[in-house]
Amino acid sequence: MVEFTPKAAGAVPPAEVPDVELYHPTNWWTKYVFSQDAKVIAIQYSGTAILVGLIALVLSWLMRLQLGFPDTFSFISAEAYYQFITMHGMIMVIYLLTALFLGGFGNYLIPLMIGARDMAFPYVNMLSFWIYFLAVLVLVSSFFSPGGPTGAGWTLYPPQAIMSGTPGGQDAGILLMLISLVLFIIGFTMGGLNYVVTVLQCRARGMTLMRMPLTIWAIFTATVMALLAFPALFVAGVMMLFDRLLGSSFFMPALVELGERLEYGGGSPILFQHLFWFFGHPEVYIVALPAFGIVSDLISVHARKTIFGYRMMVWAIVIIGALSFIVWAHHMYVSGMNPWFGFFFATTTLIIAVPTAIKVYNWVLTLWRGDIHFSIPMLFALAFIVTFLNGGLSGLFLGNVVVDVPLSDTMFVVAHFHMVMGVAPILAIFGAIYHWYPKIAGKMLDDTMGKIHFWITFIGAYAIFFPMHYVGLVGVPRRYPEIGDMSFVPESINELNAFISIAALIVGAAQVLFIFNLLWSIRHGKDSGGNPWRATTLEWQTPTTPPPHGNWGQNLPVVYRWAYDYSVPGADEDFLAQNDPWPDKPDGAQA
Amino acid sequence: MTDMPHTDSATDRPTGLGGIPADWSSDQTAFKNVSWGKAMMWIFLLSDTFVFGSFLIGYMTVRMSTVVPWPNPSEVFALHIGGTEFPLLLIAIMTFVLISSSGTMAMAVNFAYRRNRKATAMLMLATAALGAAFVGMQVFEWSKLISEGARPWANPWGASQFGSAFFMITGFHGTHVTIGVIFLVIVVRKVLRGDYDNETPGFFTSRKGRYECVEIMGLYWHFVDLVWVFIFAFFYLW
Repeated sequence: MVEFTPKAAGAVPPAEVPDVELYHPTNWWTKYVFSQDAKVIAIQYSGTAILVGLIALVLSWLMRLQLGFPDTFSFISAEAYYQFITMHGMIMVIYLLTALFLGGFGNYLIPLMIGARDMAFPYVNMLSFWIYFLAVLVLVSSFFSPGGPTGAGWTLYPPQAIMSGTPGGQDAGILLMLISLVLFIIGFTMGGLNYVVTVLQCRARGMTLMRMPLTIWAIFTATVMALLAFPALFVAGVMMLFDRLLGSSFFMPALVELGERLEYGGGSPILFQHLFWFFGHPEVYIVALPAFGIVSDLISVHARKTIFGYRMMVWAIVIIGALSFIVWAHHMYVSGMNPWFGFFFATTTLIIAVPTAIKVYNWVLTLWRGDIHFSIPMLFALAFIVTFLNGGLSGLFLGNVVVDVPLSDTMFVVAHFHMVMGVAPILAIFGAIYHWYPKIAGKMLDDTMGKIHFWITFIGAYAIFFPMHYVGLVGVPRRYPEIGDMSFVPESINELNAFISIAALIVGAAQVLFIFNLLWSIRHGKDSGGNPWRATTLEWQTPTTPPPHGNWGQNLPVVYRWAYDYSVPGADEDFLAQNDPWPDKPDGAQA
Repeated sequence: MTDMPHTDSATDRPTGLGGIPADWSSDQTAFKNVSWGKAMMWIFLLSDTFVFGSFLIGYMTVRMSTVVPWPNPSEVFALHIGGTEFPLLLIAIMTFVLISSSGTMAMAVNFAYRRNRKATAMLMLATAALGAAFVGMQVFEWSKLISEGARPWANPWGASQFGSAFFMITGFHGTHVTIGVIFLVIVVRKVLRGDYDNETPGFFTSRKGRYECVEIMGLYWHFVDLVWVFIFAFFYLW
């Protein structure tokens, strides 16, 4: 039993910054469309991200149809397959996960969880969404451009990305992709500055950094990382636009195509890979860290227990964020590099396992002897932990140069990164949506539909990606629309591929149920009340649900404790809200 | 966990290095006495540093990867005046002009906080004029090089990447200067109109006008100047 003596919360310092005046909407357009309310912007971001994610989901179906049943679907040519791969990867990683975690959850949760009225710069925040929306339009328009979208692979490696043999390479496809990325980065920077400044400078009285919920810590760290990592992608995109449009040779070595020497020469394709992965690896953690943070909060709330090792969790987030900037070349082991570099990057890569393992242990220790409620958010949070653990363990294989080199171009890598940064963050997103939907809509999501959705998604994801490890280990290469001569792999691979494809179709279809649940529950869901999960964090303590513009009504909340006071002995309830001055009212507070 | 230490008010906190952990473990703000706008500009500039850093590293990498000799910038950027070659003369003038504009900007910030509308506006206009002169000289430099045959894909002096990197990096920096000039003019208009004295809110926002905007504008302007120093050192002098 933990020793615990209730203490007075102590004096809360006076307000340093005067309360802000918000721009209040005057008509339908400024309330719902060009809104400056972070909560509306969050929903706009999330809705757009989910819609564009559905496109990527359909693309993954088409790819699986081709892989599971080769020679059956005549409309899926090799070129089309490459286009599906490229757009699926790019949309899922950037336009869905990054936008949903930072633009969606960041916008909704940061002001509410730290006790602010809104983001620091609501107008810039609004611009951020509309530029993101424009980026999505440009991206989607490439489906309708002559030659179709780019088929360069989501990494867009030059020289092939801008050559005539690649779908979209000499057409509009690659241009629209690069322009869309540049727009996304500009839009994201506007949002990202908001999130960082809001967390650093707009917290409520009493809200110290070390009292913030881990969700905010994670989104904050991920945003800082994104502000430092996206510039590399921006520069790579601009340079590739130069190569493609102006015929410069930043990334283009001397090349012979169809027997003719091209005008290019002297550039460095490896430079693109360095720039891309200097962005690309932090990007993995930009989508993983918010998932870490959200899952930490979900587990604590639904197990009615303080998070284990809060400080260590915070430092693990920060250390993972910092380390992720010095591991990028582990994506380039097969590109050819000095063995000492491989040694360095393998070492840093494996060191990341330490703070990550700390987090997993702390989640498990939080659950230990907790009062675990198997609510749907909790189910998704638990599913996240095992999935992330599985994906992380295969990452330890791939972090070693000698293991990575033979596995790098096989389906094993596909299985690994889908487990660790595809399925795992999506599970966290689902958990978060089931958790926070009551605050957004004032209604609970339907429990039965949620359970069906959870079990199909969770078991289905394993049915897809567990066999895929085996497919990769026996040597089936990735990126190939069909493997042709089967003599190097067992025949049974065909059946396994068909099985994976059917599982993928079912999991995809289950998401329709989820979308239906989201829409259906707006009208027909049970009333949730203000704090259905009996959680401590500030967003559940708003005067009305959904929270009004400005979030808090007359008085800003005053924070007396950290975010994890669950099952405190002696308290009336099994949770103490962050703005609850229990056991007594301290000096200097009026709220 | 209910009694995390924090100082009683923003005023009686430890000074010097000890103030940093005290500020960061306090509530409300991590940077005391730093407004939201100023914090945002600093963080944006940090992000922008990574953009220019990546551009310069990209340029250095292609300079190493190309097999064709790199042109000598002293010769390429020389001006013929009265039969004499002045290496980097135009670039030297451009650098001087831009650095001077930082001086006028700094003075404008000072006058802004004294609420001297006229002096602030004049100094900011001078800054904008110097910035526009810089961009104008850049246009001259570009057209001179283009007339001599420099293109992003080839140039008469050596490695094609020389032209590519030149147009990309100076173009991107010139865009920054141009955006700066536009915003300088916008801020001048607000200063002259008295928006900052009357605390008039800006377009589509409720944030009040304040003289601090001049300083935030100045942060951006000094950053653009500082970046130029690095471009000057790494591209023109090297």
